[in-house]
Amino acid sequence: MRTMTRTTIALLCLLPLAATADEPVIPAQKYVYCTVCHGIAMGGNVVIAAPRLAGMDEWYVARQLEAFKLGWRGVHPDDAGGHEMRPMAAILDDAEIEEVSAYVAAVSAPPPPLTLDGDAQRGAAIYASCGACHGADGQGNEALGGPPLTGLNDWYLQTQLEHYVSGVRGSHPDDDYGQQMRAAAELLPNEQAIADVVRYISTLGSN
Amino acid sequence: MTRDQITRRHFLNFVGAVGGTTALYQAARALDLLPETGEMPQLDLKRVGRGEKRVLILGAGISGLTAAYELERAGYDCTILEASHRVGGRNITFRHGDVVDEMGYPQVVNFDDEPHLYFNGGAARIPGHHERAMHYCRVLGVELDIMANDNRLAWTQDDESFGGERLRVREFTTSARGFMSELMAKAVNANAFDQPLDADDQERLLAFIKAYGDLGDDYRFAGSSRAGYSSGGFLKHGELKPALEFKQLLNSRFWRMGMHFNEHVDWAAPLMTPRGGMDMIVRGFLNKLRAKPLLHAQVQAITLRDDGVEVVYHHRGERRKLSGDYCFNSIPSHFINGIPNNFSKDYVDALTAMRRGNFFKIGLQMKERFWERENIYGGISYTSQRINQIWYPSHGIFRKKGVVLGCYAFGPDQSNWFERMPPDQRIAEAAKMGEKLHPGYTDMIENGISVAWGRMNHMMGCGNRFEEDQEHLFRKVQAPEGRHWMIGDQISFHSSWQEGAFASALHAVQDLDQRVRAEAGQG
Ligand SMILES: Cc1cc2nc3c(=O)[nH]c(=O)nc-3n(C[C@H](O)[C@H](O)[C@H](O)COP(=O)(O)OP(=O)(O)OC[C@H]3O[C@@H](n4cnc5c(N)ncnc54)[C@H](O)[C@@H]3O)c2cc1C
Ligand code: HEC
Ligand code: HEC
Repeated sequence: MRTMTRTTIALLCLLPLAATADEPVIPAQKYVYCTVCHGIAMGGNVVIAAPRLAGMDEWYVARQLEAFKLGWRGVHPDDAGGHEMRPMAAILDDAEIEEVSAYVAAVSAPPPPLTLDGDAQRGAAIYASCGACHGADGQGNEALGGPPLTGLNDWYLQTQLEHYVSGVRGSHPDDDYGQQMRAAAELLPNEQAIADVVRYISTLGSN
Repeated sequence: MTRDQITRRHFLNFVGAVGGTTALYQAARALDLLPETGEMPQLDLKRVGRGEKRVLILGAGISGLTAAYELERAGYDCTILEASHRVGGRNITFRHGDVVDEMGYPQVVNFDDEPHLYFNGGAARIPGHHERAMHYCRVLGVELDIMANDNRLAWTQDDESFGGERLRVREFTTSARGFMSELMAKAVNANAFDQPLDADDQERLLAFIKAYGDLGDDYRFAGSSRAGYSSGGFLKHGELKPALEFKQLLNSRFWRMGMHFNEHVDWAAPLMTPRGGMDMIVRGFLNKLRAKPLLHAQVQAITLRDDGVEVVYHHRGERRKLSGDYCFNSIPSHFINGIPNNFSKDYVDALTAMRRGNFFKIGLQMKERFWERENIYGGISYTSQRINQIWYPSHGIFRKKGVVLGCYAFGPDQSNWFERMPPDQRIAEAAKMGEKLHPGYTDMIENGISVAWGRMNHMMGCGNRFEEDQEHLFRKVQAPEGRHWMIGDQISFHSSWQEGAFASALHAVQDLDQRVRAEAGQG
């Protein structure tokens, strides 16, 4: 026992400051704060209601940062999470938005855990009407402006759908994409439908 | 020996014989036999040889610094990783040129470059019974000054009472006590008690009530010099102020808040504060530590192993790995979910269950110490408006300028309301509210900062706590997970007090010591 401890200690003394082998994508110092809320490697943090964003399509990240900046998102009094996020986008200029979006798209994190219940089968039926804009496998459709839905936290999908239904998101007159999605959310008659479709989307794998 | 005869000690001896000393240690923990702390413990740590045991300390706030200080004294090698650009965590004093590292709204402090113009944005006061805090101020050579918290000459103002007019605290408290005493005297005279009082008791009780409320001989309250005179009192006969209207007193929220704060165990006078700023404690630690905290070192992964703990951190564009025998972790619990780790689900769930608080402070440099012209030297005024309080500096009396606390807000209705605005607007709103306590207030403001703890980089909260029915989770987060201990005020019953941070660190240090002793005893 004792010898083993000694060897370990010797090893530890040699190792300490070595750079890691698994060199993942790391943000420039000035974007480290994104990971303070969104988790290391943008893996998401439910306690802060900041979703997993790792590997999200660059064009969509950039567009949402614009949406926050323009006040299309994160201004409604009931949009607690959006209020957290909005000032973070407001200070970014165009070049920075491009830079940080590239980081978000490049980084990878483990898939999000399942935290909500729902009936995936019923959800699949509902999803039939979503696929046109979000892709049959939730991979997104850039031409139509529909973002990928895979790899997002289920609790985040749920709040967003609730927010489209209630008008917290997608109500700004200039927010064309948001309005489209708001209209599509009318296909979700109640909480159960939201829970079911979210469950189904969660089975579609992650990016 | 029958089962009943097995005492705790017997049981431990038995466990020790069968399972070795580590098992003994585990069992002692489970039985809660480790020293429970009520006051500053006498630390008597087993010395370890240099280079023998390495401890990784995550976060350089009060708890991390305390742990490093005590462990180094016992011979441990400590490495301190700190994500922020500075040491101290929520112990922070803002001075000329400092940065308020709020995510989204970074601010630069424009106070004049003078030693008395500073603002304690986090911790600000220490009561005498915080023995650990006092102990460290003593050993680190931190000079303390008495700081007024309660000031009877400060103002109270409530939009719902006395037409929103300000009143001196002493007028309010004197009348409120007077009325309460009058009611009590009536109850005594009507003999409205469950237990009959004999004549002597009754007499003493009436005398007590009279003294408590400063009643007249008729046991009526008709004003008191405690409220200050309306005129005279020095060369001329003092004219009493009339009693205030009871209904107005009841309408005011002052009795729910400020009036009784001074009775609170941690806010009762006198309080103390380090001369020159609360961060003198942090400087004191830095002077003594061999290990200088590595700044800009954000911990990105924590992996527990049988023989140690491995930590990955980010530093200036590189990811680095570090191993230690043990790990003390003060990272705010609300971040743990976002940091890859191999903790047990229970442990993460317990940490995740904690709710984060969001205190909010505003510091304003005033071009003149106008409050001193109103006979206010230090202390706090209270208002029903969202700024809650205005604090006047106890130091720098008679100087030209001073830094005033212009808002101390808590919770969703207050803090979030301010947080959602850009900094300039926060100050403009606080100024408007200040006008009701000090007409002309706005014009006195030269510059200011807001410290929104819910949005501060790498911090994002203060006053983390469990819901009441979740308090059992404290046991979970106070116990180590493998060779890893959570520390910080967050795992104490004194969240948002440095004393909680000190206590948590000492608790973990003592616990580690027990384990090291147990392991050493084994071979
Ligand atoms: C507004 C306010 C008023 C207060 N008033 C008082 C008072 O009057 N008296 C009093 O005694 N106390 C007061 N407190 C409480 C006191 O400030 C705290 O209890 C104490 O400073 C907490 O110390 P800590 O070590 O537990 O945590 P912290 O100081 O929060 O330290 C945690 C550290 O971890 C770092 N960190 C975070 N993430 C990472 C990461 N991923 N990697 C590495 N490091 C990381 C943070 O940057 C920080 O430095 C007040 C606090 C606030 C906010
Ligand atoms: C203070 C915490 C915080 C910080 C810092 C932060 N975010 Fe966010 N972010 C959030 C929250 C909370 C949401 C969810 C908003 C909602 O619920 O509508 C969010 C949402 C987003 C979204 C929208 C995602 C989607 O699927 O539509 C993007 C993109 C984003 N953040 C990127 C960033 C980037 C890039 C940074 C750093 C520049 C950053 N965030 C910093 C809290 C934060
Ligand atoms: C007409 C095209 C269209 C249809 C149909 C559609 N969406 Fe969308 N959806 C969008 C667009 C565009 C956005 C991005 C809106 C924005 O920019 O704010 C979006 C956004 C979303 C988001 C937010 C993603 C994020 O990262 O914040 C979710 C969740 C979502 N859609 C789910 C659904 C579901 C579920 C359905 C089916 C019930 C559906 N959508 C149907 C176009 C559509």
